Amino acid sequence: MNSSNLLSIVTFTYALAAFLYIVSWVFKKQLPGRIATWIAIIAVIGNTGGIALRWIESYRLGIGHAPLSNMYESLVFFAWTIGVIYLVIERTYQNRIIGVLATPLAFMAIAYASLSPNISDRIQPLIPALKSNWLIAHVVTCFIGYAAFAIAFGISLIYLLKRKKTGDKDGFFNHLPDFSTLDELTHQMVTLGFLFLTIGIITGAVWANSAWGSYWSWDPKETWSLITWFVYATLLHARMMRGWEGKKLAYLSIIGFMAVMFTYFGVNFLPGLHSYGQG
Amino acid sequence: MNKETGSAGFPGRLWKLFASVRLTVIVLLSLAVTSIVGTIIPQNQRPEAYLNEYGEFFYRILSAFDIFDMYHSWWFQFLLLILSVNVIVCSIKRFSALWKIVFVKNPFFDISKFRDFSDKEEFVDTRSPEDLKRIYVPIVSRSFGYRRIEETDNGFCVFAEKGRWTGIGVYIVHLSVILLLIGGLIGSVFGFKGFVNIPEGKTINSIRLSNTGKAQDLNFDIRCDDFSIKFYDSGAPSEYRSTLTILEQGKSVLTRDIIVNDPLRYKGINIFQSNYGELPPKDITLNFKNRITGMSNKQKVSLGQQINLSEDMGQFVVKGYRNSYDFGGHNLGKTFMGILTPDNGSPVHVIMPVRFPVFDRMRKGKLAISVEDYDRRYYTGLQVTRDPGVLVVYSGFVIMIIGCFITFFMSHQRLCVEISKSGKNSRIMVAGTANKNKLGMQSRIKKIAKNLSK
Repeated sequence: MNSSNLLSIVTFTYALAAFLYIVSWVFKKQLPGRIATWIAIIAVIGNTGGIALRWIESYRLGIGHAPLSNMYESLVFFAWTIGVIYLVIERTYQNRIIGVLATPLAFMAIAYASLSPNISDRIQPLIPALKSNWLIAHVVTCFIGYAAFAIAFGISLIYLLKRKKTGDKDGFFNHLPDFSTLDELTHQMVTLGFLFLTIGIITGAVWANSAWGSYWSWDPKETWSLITWFVYATLLHARMMRGWEGKKLAYLSIIGFMAVMFTYFGVNFLPGLHSYGQG
Repeated sequence: MNKETGSAGFPGRLWKLFASVRLTVIVLLSLAVTSIVGTIIPQNQRPEAYLNEYGEFFYRILSAFDIFDMYHSWWFQFLLLILSVNVIVCSIKRFSALWKIVFVKNPFFDISKFRDFSDKEEFVDTRSPEDLKRIYVPIVSRSFGYRRIEETDNGFCVFAEKGRWTGIGVYIVHLSVILLLIGGLIGSVFGFKGFVNIPEGKTINSIRLSNTGKAQDLNFDIRCDDFSIKFYDSGAPSEYRSTLTILEQGKSVLTRDIIVNDPLRYKGINIFQSNYGELPPKDITLNFKNRITGMSNKQKVSLGQQINLSEDMGQFVVKGYRNSYDFGGHNLGKTFMGILTPDNGSPVHVIMPVRFPVFDRMRKGKLAISVEDYDRRYYTGLQVTRDPGVLVVYSGFVIMIIGCFITFFMSHQRLCVEISKSGKNSRIMVAGTANKNKLGMQSRIKKIAKNLSK
């Protein structure tokens, strides 16, 4: 079996886990939830295996490099980080509700990688600009940041849904974690994401300085990562210093994740230096 | 309004304005929103390109606001300046208050507050308070730096805390932001960024600046000894390599290869591999094919050298070379151009694309001329920069990461373990608080209570 086949199976495993999390939530049953956790663990293990296998395959092709060099590989890694961070949260807080949004996000990332006609799953050799030890540090830290923001986004959505539906007693939303827990969780994910986004931007700047001769060139991807940083910096200040909470923060977290998504995908439609992230 | 009171109140109001987090939020969001513009409108293009795209009217409006180099415009720099002043004023204002909190000798603990916590843990132990004291104090000391024991009405109380200093974390982050801005400023005032193309074998001592296009002298010479490209089997480039020699007063002092991601640094100046190109070749081997007899004749010529052709075919000269040649909308790639002058007739232009040897047959002349081979000569394109601010920026980077970690993941935690006599037994209450990660503190308190009740 090659890595592409394995990762296709992983895609469907994430889909199954997502389905079971949703079933468990809608029908308020524990059993599907418990199975969902195990399926999610299997998906993450398979995802890990897929990444490792792809790494080995690249060495067999004689062009060995970490599988973090193009859109396909970054999406697969994105799914992996979402999966891992989510499972840690589930374990820590003993609550499966976030899985209802986190596993579909992981599924969508990896499904987009496998199914989009614009994204090639071929293992390609590294272009000269990417041949650097900073590649792994830069990509890994950025994607841990992105994944934490993705989960914060999921929690914020849950928060807003719950706000909208409080009142109807039979709704799905009554056995969600209480508002303060959701708020706190969003905040924790945002701080985790912010730290890693900061490190990601910094490793990128140091790398740029050793490859292009300047640590900051205002290239669209750099600028959008900074825009994202500004949005989350605003969120942190608004919460800590001005006491924002609840809905306002949830909206800011959603706007922040839009900026993340634009940094990741949208920038490819703009001209700039980061063109290798495209296909 | 009285003029004097107005001016007296002005500094105070200004201070208040810059000390507000509301201003921070507004400036951060303004930076975020305005930054988008420069990612949509390409920056630092030639004026003609903009005129073409936006027309005269919008070109004038946009360039009045420096939109085409917006990250260096006065208004963007002004936003950054406001942010810096805001960060500094906020930090000064809050830091003095924080200083008193951080460096307090005897932290104040209010036991009634701890008793009021809803998530405190309580249990009963059969041992006496005195026995428990001996067991509890070491357990608490293990994970809390500061501890104090106080007598209460019917027992005693252990207060402990740690991480009081972590409150300065956010000021470390603020300091790092200021360092980044200072480093950037140093770089833009005392540094430069330019480029230079050096043909193989040639030496240069000045470069062209990227922003102004002016020449910048280096205090030394750079010679390009060699340039080479390696390709993968797929045809994609795998490595660009230049062999460079640094010369001081004509004497070579250093020879080194540079590749992308591995620049040469010399006397504070960084030299990066960033580009390359092909130079017009010197020696070309041409193939003259007689289309009537089918005979081929190969001949080596230099660019611009006129030769007499055999069989009284006339004279031929290679006039020029281009890296790309547009032919009816198609790019023919690397192409030589020549002029064929028959003995009795007018001169004819001959186009000889390297990739299409049969191209000249379309001319339907007696001779079909093609390029058999030529020597490939390259020039290397180097980016040359000097930035004395990098060290400041890098220290800002390190401090920012440390500061963020302290701010987000370390907290000021306070713990209170109260032991009171209740009949023969002891009643124990464990309560605690943290300024961050309150959920984490809750589970920590549970764990400590579990440890103590063993």
